[in-house]
Amino acid sequence: MALLSLEQVSVAYDNHFILEDFNLQLEKGQLLSLLGPSGCGKTTTLRLIAGFLNAEQGKFMFSGQDYTHVPVNKRNFGFVFQSYALFPHMSVYDNVAFGLRLRKLKEAEVKKRVLRMLDIVSLNDFEKRLPQSLSGGQRQRVAIARALVIEPDLLLFDEPLSNLDANLRVNMRVEIRRIQQELGITTVYVSHDQEECFSISDQVAVMNQGKIEQLDHPAAIFKYPASEYVARFIGFGNFISFENRNDEGEDIELSTKGFNFQAVKRLNGAGNKGLLGAIRPDDLQLLVNVVDSKLVSNTLPGTVQVSTYLGRSYQYEVETELGTFTVNQEMEEPFRQGQRVTVYFPKEKLVLVQ
Amino acid sequence: MKEGNRALSLYTLLVFIFLLGPLAIISVTSFEPGTILKFPPEGFSLRWYKNIFEVSMFMETFKTSVIVSMLGNLLALLLGVPAAYALSRFSFRGRDTLNALFLSPVLIPGIVLGFTLLRYLIVVYGLPIYAGLLIGHTVIMLPFIIRVIASSLANFDFAVEEAAQSLGAGRLYTFYKIVLPNIRSGIMAAILIAFLESFNNVDISVFMTGPGVSTLPIQMLTYVQNYFDPTIAAISVILMVLTAALMFIIERLMGFAYFTKR
Repeated sequence: MALLSLEQVSVAYDNHFILEDFNLQLEKGQLLSLLGPSGCGKTTTLRLIAGFLNAEQGKFMFSGQDYTHVPVNKRNFGFVFQSYALFPHMSVYDNVAFGLRLRKLKEAEVKKRVLRMLDIVSLNDFEKRLPQSLSGGQRQRVAIARALVIEPDLLLFDEPLSNLDANLRVNMRVEIRRIQQELGITTVYVSHDQEECFSISDQVAVMNQGKIEQLDHPAAIFKYPASEYVARFIGFGNFISFENRNDEGEDIELSTKGFNFQAVKRLNGAGNKGLLGAIRPDDLQLLVNVVDSKLVSNTLPGTVQVSTYLGRSYQYEVETELGTFTVNQEMEEPFRQGQRVTVYFPKEKLVLVQ
Repeated sequence: MKEGNRALSLYTLLVFIFLLGPLAIISVTSFEPGTILKFPPEGFSLRWYKNIFEVSMFMETFKTSVIVSMLGNLLALLLGVPAAYALSRFSFRGRDTLNALFLSPVLIPGIVLGFTLLRYLIVVYGLPIYAGLLIGHTVIMLPFIIRVIASSLANFDFAVEEAAQSLGAGRLYTFYKIVLPNIRSGIMAAILIAFLESFNNVDISVFMTGPGVSTLPIQMLTYVQNYFDPTIAAISVILMVLTAALMFIIERLMGFAYFTKR
């Protein structure tokens, strides 16, 4: 049975539903990311789990108990805030000790646990420092230590890395994943950064307008988005609407306006649903020879409209009869603007979404 | 450029003379040895300073003023701190209206407020004068308390409060252990500013004083109507020094920039 489950939960603000009939399950020890643009309801979901918000309808079950009406200070969940939210008037030591002292532990025990936790987050000699004298990364580590030291039943992160600079962000997310796995603590992580979510999660839930569009392993979402929304969000920049679809053969046969395409059939139908073809700019190829696309499937003739240099590759906007496609291609000699080319869609990269 | 600077310096100097000149004149005349207030003084004497402490009404009304200002301050804090907290922490329907309402005593002319309080508290409800005076002063201090504490809370990240709760602290405990220590200087400044506002108030007090109960500014007003000796100048100097000392403390606590922003 799932450790955490939200059942038919609704949250409204000013007569407007932020979450409606929302469901979510999470197994013990897993790290689940809620991914989506701002306003998609991911932070609301997290604050609901934390207990900062109340659901109008529905139930929140945790570890077999009804937590719907358990107040935030009785939940024993650790929460790491985007702004770190350290207590400005307390030293690093007192910040971390705060939750333990509330649990009426003996001062010797408090000390032992605080020092051990500061060791885990590599802040050994910082006990006496005040938060304002720490760097962003150090503050974030204090915040994590403070949330972890109470041995929470669940750890919640609200965009914890968005105030850090790019390099530190990568280091910290590795750190968060290491600590989470070391302590085997069930975690819900909210972010709008897909790379961040994919790199640290066991499960990713892509959210849109208060609903989960897709919940799966990061690799599965990355390769086989289930909907157009997810495909767009994770970088499938090119779409083709097909008119006909035939599943009888070895591959799925598709066609529109006289052009024929094939897409590979996959086990359990991942990335095989619907009539909208999606493909990443990196997966399209441009060929110099112009072929007769009505005869050769998975090709489209086109003209290079714009060419930009991305460093590792060139990016082209190619105009075809089925619309404009974006193609990233590594090459020595770039295509010229106005050059006639053929766009090739490898059938194993073409994904069908709804 | 040089020319402009000189003209500007002169202008600034004139403004300062305009502002501080009367204060300087009062200060100097307070040392007049004669029985009539005049400028320039004809000598140097602390006679009228001594007189303050000999006129019992001054000492009594000073005591009343201090008690009313301090008690009223306490009442205004009890009402104002939760109000400022609620106005900063929560967004709810009618918040702006409520905000305006709390600040309204500053906007209404003191005479109107004083008369209204007299008309209702004393005449209609028959409250004792002392109680009326206390309520009146609480009302005039409240906007300052709310305004200053709210601006102090505006810099406070309420996620910090949520962090304490997620670690197991109740609402009240969080307020005392986390919120209060972080707005302490704001509260101190609010107390001092409200105290000055109340201590120097004339327009409300004038309606709320009566036989046997009066505040120092009202007593001073009565005194100058009957006497023209330099005692009043001497009191003014003492009050100026006290006020300056308080303002200095406020400046040290929060800086005046706190009140000019927003």
